[in-house]
Amino acid sequence: MGKLFGVILALIALLSAYPIVTHMYVQPVDISTHGHAIDEQLSETMAEAGISFLAAQLLLAFFVWKFSNRKAGSKVTQIPDGAKWMVAAAFILVGTEVLTLGVLGQKAWADVYFTQPEPNAMQIQAQAGQFAYYFRYPGADGKFGLLHPDKIDEGNGNYFGLDPSNDLDARDDIVTAELAIPVNQEVQLRMHAKDVNHSFYVRELRIQQDFVPGLDLALHFTATQTGKYEIVCTQLCGLGHYNMKAYLNVLSRDDFNKWLKQKASEQ
Amino acid sequence: MQEPSAQPVHAHAPPKGFLRNYVFSLDHKVIGKQYYGLGLLAVFIAMVLSWIMRFHLVWPTVGVPGLEFLSKAGAPGGVITPEYYLSLMTMHGTLMIFFVLTNAPFAGFGNYFLPIQVGAADMAFPKFNMMSFWVTFVAFLVLITTFFIPDGPPISGWTAYAPLSAVGNDAGPGLGWGQSLWAVSIAIFCIGQLLGSLNFIATTLDMRAKGMTLMRMPSCTWAWFITACIGLMAFAVLLPACLLLILDKVAGTSFFIPSGLVVGDKLQRHAGGSPLLWQHMFWFFGHPEVYIAILPAMGIVTHVLITSMRKPMLSAKVIIYSMMSIGFLSWLVWGHHMFVSGMNPFSSLLFSFPTLTITIPATIVTLIWLGSLYGADIQINSASLFALGFISMFVSGGISGFFLAQPSIDIYLHATYFVVGHFHMVMGVAAIFGIFSGTYFWYPKMTGRMMNETLGKLHFWFSFIGTYCIFMPFHYLGLVGNVRRYSTFVDDYMAPYLPVHKFISIAAFITGAGQFLFLFNLIYSRLRGKEAPANPWNATSLEWSIPSPPPWDNFGGKHPVVYHDPYQYGVKGIKGDFVMQDSPELIVEE
Repeated sequence: MGKLFGVILALIALLSAYPIVTHMYVQPVDISTHGHAIDEQLSETMAEAGISFLAAQLLLAFFVWKFSNRKAGSKVTQIPDGAKWMVAAAFILVGTEVLTLGVLGQKAWADVYFTQPEPNAMQIQAQAGQFAYYFRYPGADGKFGLLHPDKIDEGNGNYFGLDPSNDLDARDDIVTAELAIPVNQEVQLRMHAKDVNHSFYVRELRIQQDFVPGLDLALHFTATQTGKYEIVCTQLCGLGHYNMKAYLNVLSRDDFNKWLKQKASEQ
Repeated sequence: MQEPSAQPVHAHAPPKGFLRNYVFSLDHKVIGKQYYGLGLLAVFIAMVLSWIMRFHLVWPTVGVPGLEFLSKAGAPGGVITPEYYLSLMTMHGTLMIFFVLTNAPFAGFGNYFLPIQVGAADMAFPKFNMMSFWVTFVAFLVLITTFFIPDGPPISGWTAYAPLSAVGNDAGPGLGWGQSLWAVSIAIFCIGQLLGSLNFIATTLDMRAKGMTLMRMPSCTWAWFITACIGLMAFAVLLPACLLLILDKVAGTSFFIPSGLVVGDKLQRHAGGSPLLWQHMFWFFGHPEVYIAILPAMGIVTHVLITSMRKPMLSAKVIIYSMMSIGFLSWLVWGHHMFVSGMNPFSSLLFSFPTLTITIPATIVTLIWLGSLYGADIQINSASLFALGFISMFVSGGISGFFLAQPSIDIYLHATYFVVGHFHMVMGVAAIFGIFSGTYFWYPKMTGRMMNETLGKLHFWFSFIGTYCIFMPFHYLGLVGNVRRYSTFVDDYMAPYLPVHKFISIAAFITGAGQFLFLFNLIYSRLRGKEAPANPWNATSLEWSIPSPPPWDNFGGKHPVVYHDPYQYGVKGIKGDFVMQDSPELIVEE
């Protein structure tokens, strides 16, 4: 039975590694300027973790295969000073991994969170509510109108709770259900939650950030390829969570200007 | 340490009557079995819930006959609604984490074996002990009640993030009474665990037999002791968190609810609270909870493996020190669940480093297990198979944690099936393998009967191959960005991956069915199993020095005296290859 365990575990380990080695399951194409650092970090971790996984599983399989139910009278032996070797190995191997990946990882994280957007970054507000996203562009004046939660009236299209009759800044705000952005233009997304926690996850952008009620967060990114990509909610927000999505439409500068003009006329 | 002349033999008289014997028993062995039984009940309920969820995920429009009896509104025509999917998911997680993974390996086995392994006649506080179980049982009843109230069970997941969990039915079904009862249940559960933890700590420190120094305690006793210390801190924070949540829901306070929220078209009359406060309080408990589940399993597996290998570990002390380090570090890492939650991004780096560092003691333990197998004479049986399977699962699940500990990678993998695969393997399956290993190992002691080995081995193969088929593909799906907690995959992006989900679901049905072999074996062996001798595995610790099952006062009115370290195997010049801990036989070191 020990030999069977060894063979089956070795098979499981190799079969588990196969889809990874053959790249059967990989993240979709990266369309961001910061994503390559995350992808590199992921693939380096995958290489180190993959080697550790295979080494540990195959060693376990081999030892159980070799040292189970031995002939009567077989002597048990112990690796001399074994514990010292194991502790040293763990400190050196894992310690090195912790330090290298830890340091490298800080760089990739810092690229996303510790850098400031360029002064000319396009300002867009995103609002998440059960179970839809709405986006707001500041219009010609470049200023967002104030939010008045008590004025939210979804039936009449006032998703953000704007007060255009009293608030000049709000009059030209453009509200949409789709997030369109120009390609190669930095965007600063100001994230506002209407009711409960939600999240903004665009796989291709390598961006995931929660919306937190009462805490308006800002996130900046640049998309480098035109196309339509899914924005999905990853923070459990209620019964419609599975269906809460919107689209990120990355357009050429001209197409974006046309789109924005058309949306402005529809307000 | 207990002095034979200074202490009475037993803290209470022999039990009289049915109620004192089997229901409100003060005997730690009965209480241990009660905890184990409650865990068993919870695990089968939670497993059936996971079957329903896995079925719905891949056949979302097909009705399951009979399901409408569970909830007419939740499963009209046997097809569950999206909200009911979330209810089942919440209950699956809550039952598994609290009532299975905390109850069975820690409270169940720990209650039964900790006093015996330290040479005590009972726990330090038998009445507290009885209370802690019955309080836990009430918590279980309160949680199960949510299935039968009109509101239904909560839909906010076992993490119950506020404000979803705090604003009531405006945010959806199950969030009114269902959510309140959930919070009440968990608060009561915390009281039970706090009482239990105090008892474990007091018993370990004060009730040890003569000669039982701390370093002579078996690895599992150490694991239960460390777990009790972690639990004392963790549940002491979850309890007030639940109380504050209840206050937000019923007393109009705003601990977790900020101002200006419009939920279900209603402007909420709350102001000043912080949703992140709930997350911090919850995960301050939630991450140590992972170790509350896994440390006892590590201790049990070490204990079983040594007996099966017929030789000591390379160093039992290093394993104990590593478990202590894991326990200590477990308090410093809760924020790694919150990298993208909106907390200060500098904190993420602060939480990432200790998380990565935890890998070092975990690797030390794994390497000691592996290195110790070299040159061993491994006796393959159901208990050792599950112990070896545990190592494999612990490695697989642990390694995927290395990805998630890095905030930059977590940006992509957070809230995907990669996370689900990771924690199911490392704290779910691995811990449950530890429970299985302990069950096959200690069943003869607990019942006086041997378990059926053929059924046990069959159960192992179903579980081992099955869980790899279920949880390894979860990781692959996470890599492509498959988001978790969705009741149906409605978008085109996920369409190519639905066959993978089908494979997982079918594997889950088969693996789950295999668990009934275990249930059958438990019952069949109790009735028809071979009678167990006092020490069927030729093991060395104190539980094997007394009859199977043990008498009500464990050591038959005697005080054991301990002469050796717990694991004297492969000893030269001795008849047989082992020396019991309480044997005065002299051991000559080479």
